[in-house]
Amino acid sequence: MKHLLSIETLSRADIESILERAASFAEVGRRDIKKVPTLRGRTVVNLFFESSTRTSSSFELAAKRLSADVVSIKSAGSAVDKGESLKDTVATLSAYDPAVIVIRSPHAGAANLVARWTEASVINAGDGKHEHPSQALLDLYTLRQHLGELDGRKIWIVGDVLHSRVARSNLIAFREMGAEVTVCGPPTLIPRGISEELGCKVAYTLDGLEEADVIYALRMQRERMGESFVPSLREYAARYQVDARRLGPRQLLMHPGPVNRGVELSGEVIDSPQSLITEQVESGLVVRMAILYELLAGSDRPRSAATGEPLPDPTEIGQPA
Amino acid sequence: MSAISKVLSAREGESTELVLRNASVLDPRAGVEGTYDVVIRDGRVAELAGPGGAKTDSAEVVEAEGLHAFPAFFDPHVHLRTPGREDEEDIETGTRAAAAGGYCGILAMANTEPPVCTASDIGSLRERAEREASVPVGFLATVTQGMRGEELTEMAELRDAGAVGFSDDGLPLRSARVLRRALQYQRLCGGVIALHEEDPDLSGDGVMHEGPASAVLGMAGIPSVSESTMIARDCALAGYEDARVHVQHLSARESVEAVRAAKAAGVRVSCEATPHHLALTDEVVRSLDAAFKMNPPLRGDDDREALIEGLRDGTIDCIATDHAPHSPDEKEVPFEAAAMGVTGLETAFSVLHTELVAPGMIDLALLVEKLGAGAPLFDLDRPSLEPGSEANVVLCDLGAEWTVGEDGYESRSHNSCFSGRKLTGRVLMTVAAGQVAYRLRSFSMGVAA
Repeated sequence: MKHLLSIETLSRADIESILERAASFAEVGRRDIKKVPTLRGRTVVNLFFESSTRTSSSFELAAKRLSADVVSIKSAGSAVDKGESLKDTVATLSAYDPAVIVIRSPHAGAANLVARWTEASVINAGDGKHEHPSQALLDLYTLRQHLGELDGRKIWIVGDVLHSRVARSNLIAFREMGAEVTVCGPPTLIPRGISEELGCKVAYTLDGLEEADVIYALRMQRERMGESFVPSLREYAARYQVDARRLGPRQLLMHPGPVNRGVELSGEVIDSPQSLITEQVESGLVVRMAILYELLAGSDRPRSAATGEPLPDPTEIGQPA
Repeated sequence: MSAISKVLSAREGESTELVLRNASVLDPRAGVEGTYDVVIRDGRVAELAGPGGAKTDSAEVVEAEGLHAFPAFFDPHVHLRTPGREDEEDIETGTRAAAAGGYCGILAMANTEPPVCTASDIGSLRERAEREASVPVGFLATVTQGMRGEELTEMAELRDAGAVGFSDDGLPLRSARVLRRALQYQRLCGGVIALHEEDPDLSGDGVMHEGPASAVLGMAGIPSVSESTMIARDCALAGYEDARVHVQHLSARESVEAVRAAKAAGVRVSCEATPHHLALTDEVVRSLDAAFKMNPPLRGDDDREALIEGLRDGTIDCIATDHAPHSPDEKEVPFEAAAMGVTGLETAFSVLHTELVAPGMIDLALLVEKLGAGAPLFDLDRPSLEPGSEANVVLCDLGAEWTVGEDGYESRSHNSCFSGRKLTGRVLMTVAAGQVAYRLRSFSMGVAA
């Protein structure tokens, strides 16, 4: 695997190999010195054109735990704000001969374009409302810790599906791993044609939520009120909020964060034992380490951006830093 | 009706004496089909002589056996980007692209920078065309000042200065009141009003067709009803005022139905469809390639089928390219950030021959007819091979295979959505108003006898 641009292009076997790799990295996090020399001497560039706390910090820490040199660029104050095109920015950064460019962009397909313009491996850390593959992988990893295989499991994705790249990537990933998926939300926030296209059920109310093994709530953005997608947060919360009344004792609760307490989730379910929200963040770190490892040590030998020569194998995991 | 070259502007040149010997001639409107020597003299089709029967004393002879001669094409919807964005296209390069596509006349839209709003704008464009244009080009003026959709331009003076018609193309006329005033004023000044139909509220920040592909890509959709509801509104207004309107670039099934209903009700409405909407669907947008971004967007399969059916049953009057050149900087960016529009003049015939005629979806005769049908909609003579007509002729090799872009483009911009596609059928030579406006470089001409 040279790039991670979407979940759509990954097979079940690809996904499983990343998840297994992630499990082997979990041990590193339990050490006193949480670092392995695997990517020593490699450069990872984080290029974030949208605000992000958990994804950018997670990728940054993952790269550091693998001993890579990390450069993180946020859109505010960068050359992009001075009118530089994405293509020129990528050309500039490629001059540092990075092994990996991690990109978050407000536009669908940005990561694919970057992959066309650089020799580095490219990781899509969210492109517009299109995909967020590393989120889907960390969610799968988290769920498998609790449920094992997902075949036949029922998962409900609840909330603003229309504007959510997490919903799209997770829907594809959950289905690929054998789960049955229902998307649920107000009709204004469910994209036309999604059920035929992605093979999910659509529900406009939470009736039937009790069948779910997993409830995956999405963030409800306040901007949506102004665009008349929903009349008010109050009405939204009344209809779609997952609260103690609606969350069964054997159901698992997930959320990509950041949570609007009291909107899509009530305070008590966030802190309930069924909630995997903090665990998702922990999984993010090991899964992103695994993604970096997979891209740089996978079957296609990575090449230097500058010379085009194959790079040496990364050091084996487990050796002391 | 007037001859194209009488109304439109082009560079003055030598009129050629030319014989296309043994050409397969097809002019469905004139009822001509068969092998003839096409004799072009003094700017006219002088004669359709029997094969090998034309006198060739002083004429240049083209051995056209196995090649097809059609009436040249007319495009009522082209963006020449002049004034303002000559880095993308100008009158010289745009008309060269037209000639390379087999066109003998084009109409340029008014959404330039600044827009064409005054008589002096029209005057200077026409002067420039007389120096630079290799095929006759006519200019539309905007309906409203600055394309702001508020106050009408001086439509009567613009017509006197030579504006062929009016359009705010690129933007819809949001206000029904403003459009109604323009339709009323048309009784004074004439000139077809061409309409870009789109409800900006429904389109919102949409970048592609709203459908399964947009659901997967997470990109904001432009629903089909954004177009069709405005068509229905504007046809109702045109019917009420008995005005003459032309609906530009139909893309959706609902739009074809709206125009069909309006025509049945007696509204004086005509409409066009583009080669890209007739040949492609939103499936190609899954590549996220900004080459496929245009407005209106590529739509679904049933929309494409409805457009083709509209060609067959006459609901769609003509084919227009909406040739919209853009610089690489505006296209080498993520899809959502890219400019809308594709070039089309150089590929229209070949694309539709490959995608519609070759698979048997429409007849060659229908394609030829629809590619010339834009002219009479704007009160210009339809290009014809009937002896005595102005010499507007295109010579094509229907068997020639080529790849779009392999030899570059005549247009200054390269944003073709068919780039890299293999096509069958190619324009070899174009005669516009009696002058050879284009010949394919590799196509060798016969020597003068």
